[in-house]
Amino acid sequence: MLNLLIAIPIVAAIAVLLGAPARRTALLASALNFILTLLVLFGYNQAKGGYQFQSSVSLVPEWHLAFYLGVDGLGILMLLLTVVVAVAAIWVAPPPEKIERAPNLYYASLLFIAAGATGAFASLDLFFFYAFHELALIPTFLLIGIWGTGDRAGAAWKITIYLALGSFVLLVGLTGLYTSIPADSRTFDIVRLQEMARTGAIHAPPWVYLCTMLGFGVLVSLFPFHTWAPQAYASAPTPATMLHAGVLKKFGLYGLLRVALPLMPQAAHSWNTLLLALLAGNILYVGLVTISQKRLDSMLGYSSVMHMGYIFLGLASMNLIGVTGAALLMFAHGLSIAALFAIAGNIRQKTGTLEFSQLGGLATPLPFLGFAFGLAAFAAIGLPGFGNFAAELMVFFGAFKNGGPGLAFSDFQIVTVVALWGVVISAVYMLRAYRAVFMGETPARWAGLSDCCRCSSENSCCIRPAIALLLALLLVAGFQPQLFVNLVRPAILPAVTHAVLSK
Amino acid sequence: MNLPSPNPLLLDLAVLAIGLIALLMEAFEDEKKKTFTGWMSVFGIGMIFVFSLFAHPMSYDGVYQFATFYMADATALFFKRIALGSTLLVLIMSLEYRGTLARYIPGVGEGGQSEFFILPVFACLGMMWMASAADFVMIFVSLELVTISFYVLVSYMRRSAVCLEAGVKYLILGALSTGFFVYGIAWIFGVTGQTNLGSVAQVLRQLAPGAQSGALFGMALIMVGLGFKIAAVPFQLWVPDVYQGAPTPVTALLSVGSKAAGFIVLMRVLGMFASVPSLHGKILAVTAGMAVLTLIYGNFAALPQNNLKRLMAYSSIGHAGYLLVAMASLGDYTVSTVSFYLAAYLLMTLLTFLVMIVVQRATGGDDIACFKGLSQRSPLLAFGMLIAMLSLAGVPFTAGFLGKFMVFRDAILQKQWLLVAVGAVTVGAGFYYYLKVVCAMYWNIATETSAIEATTLTKVTVVVLAFLIVCLGVYPQPILSMLE
Repeated sequence: MLNLLIAIPIVAAIAVLLGAPARRTALLASALNFILTLLVLFGYNQAKGGYQFQSSVSLVPEWHLAFYLGVDGLGILMLLLTVVVAVAAIWVAPPPEKIERAPNLYYASLLFIAAGATGAFASLDLFFFYAFHELALIPTFLLIGIWGTGDRAGAAWKITIYLALGSFVLLVGLTGLYTSIPADSRTFDIVRLQEMARTGAIHAPPWVYLCTMLGFGVLVSLFPFHTWAPQAYASAPTPATMLHAGVLKKFGLYGLLRVALPLMPQAAHSWNTLLLALLAGNILYVGLVTISQKRLDSMLGYSSVMHMGYIFLGLASMNLIGVTGAALLMFAHGLSIAALFAIAGNIRQKTGTLEFSQLGGLATPLPFLGFAFGLAAFAAIGLPGFGNFAAELMVFFGAFKNGGPGLAFSDFQIVTVVALWGVVISAVYMLRAYRAVFMGETPARWAGLSDCCRCSSENSCCIRPAIALLLALLLVAGFQPQLFVNLVRPAILPAVTHAVLSK
Repeated sequence: MNLPSPNPLLLDLAVLAIGLIALLMEAFEDEKKKTFTGWMSVFGIGMIFVFSLFAHPMSYDGVYQFATFYMADATALFFKRIALGSTLLVLIMSLEYRGTLARYIPGVGEGGQSEFFILPVFACLGMMWMASAADFVMIFVSLELVTISFYVLVSYMRRSAVCLEAGVKYLILGALSTGFFVYGIAWIFGVTGQTNLGSVAQVLRQLAPGAQSGALFGMALIMVGLGFKIAAVPFQLWVPDVYQGAPTPVTALLSVGSKAAGFIVLMRVLGMFASVPSLHGKILAVTAGMAVLTLIYGNFAALPQNNLKRLMAYSSIGHAGYLLVAMASLGDYTVSTVSFYLAAYLLMTLLTFLVMIVVQRATGGDDIACFKGLSQRSPLLAFGMLIAMLSLAGVPFTAGFLGKFMVFRDAILQKQWLLVAVGAVTVGAGFYYYLKVVCAMYWNIATETSAIEATTLTKVTVVVLAFLIVCLGVYPQPILSMLE
């Protein structure tokens, strides 16, 4: 089943490259994947728990390297995020006739990014876990370089070199982890590794955790390695940004949660202070930078960097409620940021600009976009009713719980207070953006815009279904977070218990 | 069914026979039939390559008198396959290259193209012997067979000044390095009275520490000679000019075959010296130092290059650096790491050169600018080049990535932190200059939109090579089990 989930987008991408009708094939493939993921979701036996839908093909027996797939609740949640955003992103992509050059390559690249993300979240083998994430690197390079806007060359080089270096640091860390196991029991098998960690058979030196933390950190735009993100997101074509900001960026966090924390809990504790300082930078420094942005796309880019701080906070807290909150926030943030970027991209298509000073009063001609942007912005701020609220609340509870006895605040509590102010910061920039784009007098030149459009060659596709899908899931996560919490909690519990014990 | 497996020695003799027959045919055949030598070499080497896949390692101890000179262990056999494979691909390239070649050599009466297809066969023979050499004398003789064939091949296009310049540079520096190498062998022989690698190590182990200085000096001289062959800094000065000036197929053979042969000798010699406890630390420190310099020089000097052939020259230096990292992290895995890395390097480099030759013929140049818009002019070639560049840069799902992974795994196991740190930076630099080519092929719009044609043989080769690169990147077991 999971094999199919990875194979479908890759086969579709190759078919598209060989000349199959690009949009139809891509949509079909992503829809099929969506259905398959739902089957996995409902086929997953929650009572039994653990990793299910496993399949393994041994590749290098001597190294214990295998193409090993399997998911637990956390994996399923990430897969769900991936396929939902992939469907939405491919739906939002301009029809092939509107793409100036090589439309088939455009759709194939999107499919490859989706395949990479799916593979990374479904892999239980360290090697493929890493390799699948990298599969997205080159399609992103091509998408930004060929079809990007603004300083596309600069943005494409920056994201590629940054991520290549970051992944290499990560590779050194993972290799260090691999080599720190005694030679006769070395394996890439994540499940085996987690068992070994629980029995205390892994003694990775502290630098290994630092390398993985920074490596994953670069991929998630941890402060101060975040500068690639806003620039790339502002330049990339909308679907690429949705996939990258919504899904791929979560890979680093997922990696911390799946690999770094459970395998090296002691090291995680000892580096926590550094992580707290950096994530405070994400929330406070990048938050203030976000307020000063003058364009909608770069504002959204910085805001996505800022919100990573909350997820890091949840992971750093290393208790059940905090880490579960982080997992839920990964999901909710992915949906909300994808919706926001989709709307921003649509506005750029209609008006040709995203400068706040040029825009204004768009809610009158574009009521649906205005409404949807409002909802997504409220979600991003963390207002009740959306998944983000439930998740952020859990993160704050989890982090605050880490205080010591006595009256003095621990470093965790100080950072939590800072993070709470971060919510105010997000409210400031989101609402200011909303006012600048949608409120006020409608300039005459924007009065003729119309909200909906049929999927035709003159106009871009109607983005309503895609946005509606993303927002609907966000609302479900907001009103029934228990559904998702029940899904991921059993997956997180063993790692967290182990982490607490080894403190 | 139990197929009789060929004796590895027979492979060498068969290559020799092909070369001699081709030479005789060239001397006695009609002028008109001379294109035939090219096809015969391709076919002959191809057949021997296929046979070599069925060969098994053998021990000649007590069977032949020359067993102390010649060994055919799994590693030797593997490097024979590398030599045969790279020669085969280079000969296929040479068929594509005929047109360019004809422009730069004088008319039929003064000698034509046939030798261009015969000399690589002899170079291949030299590399195959080198893989089997167990004695300094044998190493030297086979090394010279390779080098002398290359002296002629590098300056083959007699009417091109650049090519002649390359030939002179290669000749002078090559002769110099040969001098160093022989002088080193003489010192080792003077100290130990032996030329066989095993016996030298045995004698060295028993020497008093004070009496080893002569051997150390000899070792340093040998490292200089080999450093030249594998293009390690500071003996790399000849590389960019020679690579750029030589006919492209020769450049390809130089960068793959010659390098692989250099590395097998280095591996044997290094292993021999490292087995002497008092020399172990010294030789590995020298190698590590060379590795750092080679990594930094190769990767950073490649950054500003605008000519693909020159870029590949620096890239070849850079990859020598990664291989030296593996050598300096000498351990249980070194042989498999170096062998796998070279096999991956062979595939990706030859794929690059093959595409380059086709593009060169169509656009008349080998600057990166000539590749602008290749994705529109020939999607297949552009895709092949894309795979080659990604593999060279080390993107996962390619053989190049797995090679780099193995190198850094060894370095981490041996706690070579400096090498790991330098390697991390140079990998980042590599991403930039390899993707520059991708950027030209895919980002830029072609100034000319006419399609680029290639022969069917070339197209098939491109597809096969790209497929092998991806396959080995996911499933390296075939190569690894060859080495057991």
